[in-house]
Amino acid sequence: MIYFDKVSKIYNGGQSTALEDITFQIAPNEFVSIVGHSGAGKTTLLKMLIAEDRPSGGDVFFESLNIHSIPKSRLPQYRRKIGTVFQDFKLLPHKTAYENIAFAMEANGRTDTEIAENVPQALELVDLADKIWNFPSELSGGEKQRVAIARAIVNQPDIIIADEPTGNLDPIATYEVVQILKKINDLGTTVIMTTHNKGVIDALERRVITMDEGRIIRDDAAGKYVL
Amino acid sequence: MFTSIKRIVRSGFVGFWRNAFVSFSSIFVMTITLLVVGTVMLGNQLLGTTLEQIQNKVDINVYMVTTASQESVLRLKTSLEALPDVREVTYTSREDALAVFRDRHKNDELTIQALEELEENPLGASLAIRAKDTTHYESINAFLKEQQILEDPSAPVIDRVNFNDNKEAIDKLTAIIDTVERVTYIAMLVLVVASILITFNTIRLAIYTTREEISVMRLVGASNTFIRGPFMLQGVMYGLVSGVLTLLILYPVALWLGPATESFFLLNIFNYFVAEFGRLFAVIVGSGVVLGMISSMLAISRYLRV
Repeated sequence: MIYFDKVSKIYNGGQSTALEDITFQIAPNEFVSIVGHSGAGKTTLLKMLIAEDRPSGGDVFFESLNIHSIPKSRLPQYRRKIGTVFQDFKLLPHKTAYENIAFAMEANGRTDTEIAENVPQALELVDLADKIWNFPSELSGGEKQRVAIARAIVNQPDIIIADEPTGNLDPIATYEVVQILKKINDLGTTVIMTTHNKGVIDALERRVITMDEGRIIRDDAAGKYVL
Repeated sequence: MFTSIKRIVRSGFVGFWRNAFVSFSSIFVMTITLLVVGTVMLGNQLLGTTLEQIQNKVDINVYMVTTASQESVLRLKTSLEALPDVREVTYTSREDALAVFRDRHKNDELTIQALEELEENPLGASLAIRAKDTTHYESINAFLKEQQILEDPSAPVIDRVNFNDNKEAIDKLTAIIDTVERVTYIAMLVLVVASILITFNTIRLAIYTTREEISVMRLVGASNTFIRGPFMLQGVMYGLVSGVLTLLILYPVALWLGPATESFFLLNIFNYFVAEFGRLFAVIVGSGVVLGMISSMLAISRYLRV
């Protein structure tokens, strides 16, 4: 489903190498964790995938589509196939949980009926049906991240990309968030997650790609956190 | 399609009210610019009308010698009328000239008496020539000079041509009006640029406060039109409000200045304001809308890269 072909990324005109000769595939419905120290190139890798940044060399394919040959005007359509979750949640503070999720659907041009139907379902899926009218400031970190996940899945994307989703969370919230991501994966969505958290990786027992200094140094089908 | 237009419009209005202070300052700056545009438009009209009226009064008078025959004067008139630069030639016969003279001096005993003393009409016939454009007088004058040279010295027709007296006045007037127009255009240009920059900055401020929202919108796959739309709409709204405000300010000013301009510039600015309201509305509100849209477009493009 996703195919990185000899991808490299060099910043500052050759001064620093963020990615070097990255080649791997992700099959549909996989749950892939990418681990590595800070600066190992995890976030750069994800940026390539959502076409936020272009590779210096190599190609990234989504199914048969070369992501970096998509014209700018078509990028929004491509990005709708991908749901994103970030460490800092990126929720809009002046909108309620419901409105935050509805906003993503509005931006995608969904009808009001669809919105009224799907938003509560998405919140149900992340166990936040009772916090539907709360503002982000009234939610805990874990709850905020669950709202962010609900927003990421509400448009039924093919892939969920989660960049350090548990980075700001306590162990219990971390556990909950990972369980939700697992549930989403079980429902048929590919999940790509970067993390530092050894416990999360070891408990998941799914594929782990380990990166160091812009290279893939391990790729285990049911890996452990080894660094 | 309809839903997204509806959403863009709603979000534009929400943004307009939510950033009331930014909206207020943008409208304030734009109103000042549009006031300048409006004032320049009205001012040009005043100057233009005045120039036209004065130009209409300008002519070349050719005074004939008293001995010139009516026939030869009329021949000159015909040849003048054949010139492409000439709009009209008015012939004043010796008798008419005398009648006009008498009429003008009817309260002046002394002059009338002096006139009575003379046995013969001392006034010559004359031709008043009006050109199609003030710049054409030079060539008409040259033509008359030529005629004067070609005349039979024993039976002269032309006594004198008063072109040179008028020339100076015409040149001076044209120069003054040109300068005034140039200065107002430069002032308008400077103010319009300043206003674009300030409006651009205020709108950028508004957009800066919502940059989080923009980044989230991009993240969830909103199209650029969907992101840009509300801000463009806000720009248009600033323009509309400022334009209407400008006209509301200009109305009482024109009303107040109307009588004064009528006596000084020969054009009542208020009557012009009312008669040409449609055009003024289109230009002022139109430039406001364009100004707002350009500013918004420039400001938002910063956040829409990648």
